[in-house]
Amino acid sequence: MNKRQKFFAYPYGLWMTLFILLPILLVFLYSITSKDTNQIKTLRFTLDNYRKFFDPLYINVIIRSINLALISTFFCLVIGYPVAYIISTTNLKKRNTVLLLFILPMWMNMLLRTYAWMTILGNNGLINSFLNMLGLPSFRLLYNNTAIVIGMVYNFLPFMVLPIYTVLSKMDMKLVEASHDLGADHKTTFLRVIFPLSLPGVISGIIMVFMPAVSSFVIPRLLGGNRSLYIGTLIENLFLVTGDWHFGSSVAIIMMLIILASMSILNRFDVDKEGGAGLW
Amino acid sequence: MVKDRIKKLYMSLVFVFLYAPIAVLVIYSFNDSTSRGTWGGFTLRWYAELLSDRDIKTALYYTVVVALLAASISTIVGTFTAIGLYSFNKMPKAIMLNLNYLPVVNPDVVTGLALMILYLSANMRLGFLSMLLSHITFDIPYVILAVLPKLKSMNKHITEAALDLGATPMYALRKIVIPEIMPGIITGFLIAFTLSIDDFVISFFTTGSGVTNLSIVIYSMARRGVKPTINALSTLMLGAVLILLFLINKRSSLIDEQKNNGGFI
Repeated sequence: MNKRQKFFAYPYGLWMTLFILLPILLVFLYSITSKDTNQIKTLRFTLDNYRKFFDPLYINVIIRSINLALISTFFCLVIGYPVAYIISTTNLKKRNTVLLLFILPMWMNMLLRTYAWMTILGNNGLINSFLNMLGLPSFRLLYNNTAIVIGMVYNFLPFMVLPIYTVLSKMDMKLVEASHDLGADHKTTFLRVIFPLSLPGVISGIIMVFMPAVSSFVIPRLLGGNRSLYIGTLIENLFLVTGDWHFGSSVAIIMMLIILASMSILNRFDVDKEGGAGLW
Repeated sequence: MVKDRIKKLYMSLVFVFLYAPIAVLVIYSFNDSTSRGTWGGFTLRWYAELLSDRDIKTALYYTVVVALLAASISTIVGTFTAIGLYSFNKMPKAIMLNLNYLPVVNPDVVTGLALMILYLSANMRLGFLSMLLSHITFDIPYVILAVLPKLKSMNKHITEAALDLGATPMYALRKIVIPEIMPGIITGFLIAFTLSIDDFVISFFTTGSGVTNLSIVIYSMARRGVKPTINALSTLMLGAVLILLFLINKRSSLIDEQKNNGGFI
């Protein structure tokens, strides 16, 4: 192709510098400067914002968020793997319909999907009204960690199923047959052949669920109430309620690092990486 | 076989989990009672209330306008960038692609607040323009990621042949390259459009002064508790999605048919 076509990419290069690189640098700048000055001339560099973060209060926020994200990822994997496996073994005619039915809820706005659980779990929601009808007392189902995990699994389950399904459906079935021919039973074949081969899908599934789960602030806000903070809600609070941009920026930088670190760790296990953006 | 039955049972349970919440929303949108425990009879009251709600109407307007503008602009910019990137050397290409990947892997909260800091640092008022710019920023990477594979799988010799036969590079681009990568461009546009329509977090951080989108309205309504008008809104949005999917499906099967016919001739 023509060399002059290179110029086509230059405007976006400028755009990226302005709208992707510069904002992140600004966040970083805010995270290492102190609060009392706004003028560039009198900028004071400090690591206080990061030091503040090591207060047990905020460390707990991180631990709580990671914990919740891990639990949600675990449930997505446990529920999602069989789904992916079953879809990949249904016959081709039915498969597309099943797949479409599975993806369809994802087309609905995420806030509505989360809101739907408020109507089900709420104090006079569906489950509690049903219990009342049977003469049983209501339970407090909404505004706790279980509700958050349900919301996350509900929202992020397709992110786990789709990559695993893709890998499973591309798998060479001759390997499975060979394993059976060589005398392995179903369990051994699954554990020694199918599962190891599907690992790349499992890993991208884990990444794709863990990332939004750890940073989400909508689901904790709507289903978790206001009682406990998570990284996402902490950042939102610091920026939009308290207006403490400096500390908020340091929390944002730390969250970014957590996500990039967990991604690069998991990516090492991913054998057949598809070229291009290998750095992240 | 027992195994088949277990599989079917499992899939039905998963589908119940997936669809029960949606079904509840749809059913309650016709319920003539504010408390959700009781069924007060069939009503279209919430739909009427919804249609007379000014906030929701303006939000719908901004959602659609921003999504259309952002998706169109990012499709054009993204396509040209992808074509340009294709003839880049390895190193600068890798740098560009990695930078391009940043909004994809970065949590939405971080992208949103970083853009908010940028706009406020530049003394820009938060509103329609800032929201549109943010949407374009997070849309373009997906367009590039959709178009680039099509360029890679394209047969290079066709363009070379066109140039040999006397086409100017621009003519070859218009008549050969763009039609060849059209499926990627359309996919990119659709991805960008759906992302924009659905976005909440980034819009939430980068908008202001009365400009909202549907997600923001739903969020602020849901924070105040459950409200039947949201159910009506969800039902309408679900209907819109279903119609859209139906049309896309019909279109693609139509194209398949045409292709098959063409193949026989």
